[in-house]
Amino acid sequence: MNVDLLVELTYLLSAILFVVGLRRLQSPATARGGNALASFAMLLAIVATLVDTDILGWTGILVGVAIGGTIGGVAARKVEMTSMPEMVGVFNAFGGGASALVAVAEFLNLPSVGLSTAGVSMLLGTVIGGVTFSGSFIAFAKLKGTLTGNPITFPGQNATNGLLAVGTLALGAMILGVFGGQDPTTLFYAFCGISLLLGILLVIPIGGADMPVVISLLNSYSGLAASAAGFAIGNMVLIISGALVGASGLILTQLMCKGMNRSLANVVFGGFGGTAGIDRAQIGQRPVMRADAEAVAAELGYVNSVVVVPGYGLAVAQAQHELRKVGDLLEARGVDVKYAIHPVAGRMPGHMNVLLAEADVSYDKLYDLDEINDDFSKTDAVLIVGANDVVNPASRDPKSVIAGMPILDVDRARRVIVMKRSLSPGFAGIDNDLFYADNTLMFFGDAKDSMGDLVREVRELA
Amino acid sequence: MGELMIGLYVFVLAALAGREVITKVPPTLHTPLMSGANAISGIAIVGAIVVAGRADGTTQTVLGVAAITMATINVIGGFMVTDRMLSMFRKR
Repeated sequence: MNVDLLVELTYLLSAILFVVGLRRLQSPATARGGNALASFAMLLAIVATLVDTDILGWTGILVGVAIGGTIGGVAARKVEMTSMPEMVGVFNAFGGGASALVAVAEFLNLPSVGLSTAGVSMLLGTVIGGVTFSGSFIAFAKLKGTLTGNPITFPGQNATNGLLAVGTLALGAMILGVFGGQDPTTLFYAFCGISLLLGILLVIPIGGADMPVVISLLNSYSGLAASAAGFAIGNMVLIISGALVGASGLILTQLMCKGMNRSLANVVFGGFGGTAGIDRAQIGQRPVMRADAEAVAAELGYVNSVVVVPGYGLAVAQAQHELRKVGDLLEARGVDVKYAIHPVAGRMPGHMNVLLAEADVSYDKLYDLDEINDDFSKTDAVLIVGANDVVNPASRDPKSVIAGMPILDVDRARRVIVMKRSLSPGFAGIDNDLFYADNTLMFFGDAKDSMGDLVREVRELA
Repeated sequence: MGELMIGLYVFVLAALAGREVITKVPPTLHTPLMSGANAISGIAIVGAIVVAGRADGTTQTVLGVAAITMATINVIGGFMVTDRMLSMFRKR
């Protein structure tokens, strides 16, 4: 059998294993094996490429693998589960960056490629990869708090972005020689610069709590960039893998938008949240019922069923381990404890689930919105930890800014306990009637300290 | 059928297959799905090897090594962190 055929068949096998690996992510029981299978598929593709390519310089390859492998390995080991959104953001950036560099190198190798499949794909790979690279770093900085989580807006922002997009298209056409021939190399460097600028400008107006959408979208772009690079160098395994990642990111993007009842365009161009024009003086001026740890322990410890609703505040306070201790103690007292997770709780899809899994909460106790919403009317007590907009009954009011957003119907439970630092509004910037309801108790404080107090008080219950 | 059309068929069918498979991933695994998919997008390493391997000039070498470094961070980091996360999902 000749080597070319063997290489192609190995690529095919690798593509099949990527699909099978992703399929195994359909259950937590098989997911780890699926990930192992996908990494094996990657190894196969790399070996096939090394066999197939006439390699002149091994040094560069080995240096790159050594540096990248060390950085990636150390980062993957050290990262805190609470920082997972930042980590995924950075990895997205590097994935997009790598695809962009492949496209750039391919173009510089054949600058006068002209209007052809290869030419168009090189430019697509450059622009999508470039946007992914710089956009992901902005998302990272926003998640980390280096940049403000509030939308950064300026007058004429959407017009500027529109002009840049048109400029990118025009420049692309010039580079491919549509308007006659000239040396396109300088134009191409400008094209690279605009791509990076576009990534920055597209992400800065998007607010912190919309990050689940942005991260999913950039994830999708990193796949599309790989596909474009695949078209540029004529490699099927790149096209297939990129398409899989593109589809995955797009599905998550749609789910996140649905979780907020907003269109993708509204998230990307809306500049929603933060300092939205709402009268803040009115917020938190009504009387609430307060409770201390002892009272909350009594509310939770003598009932049959408790549902915990975690939000971003849990991640910020890193209170997941204390929360799990409270859950364990309640279960030991015969209380049925479940966890209800809103699709956009936290800063990325599934953020809360990973935190609770880290704290060793059994995954069959985690319920998503559709699974648990009908149960709240039969629930004795709900404990909300650092969540706000996702439990705001204002979404049922057609005039509210969050009208129609699916919420967890916690107000239908017999007792609601809200653990929160203050009455300050969530990302949507609006007050939450839940806090002032007759069946709600406010348990003020930092989630970690409060949860620690709660652990002690539940232990002391008779 | 031209190279472009074959590529497009492959792209569209792969995206549809991905859609079928990934729609069924439960919300509880969405973060590992994202980081795992992200690791797969490190497949750009294949292109990076081609670029770095044939490099003769300085620009090409720099681009190739940078591409390999980024793609390797993506691949190694992505698969390892996904594994670490998935090892935490236990049923008690």
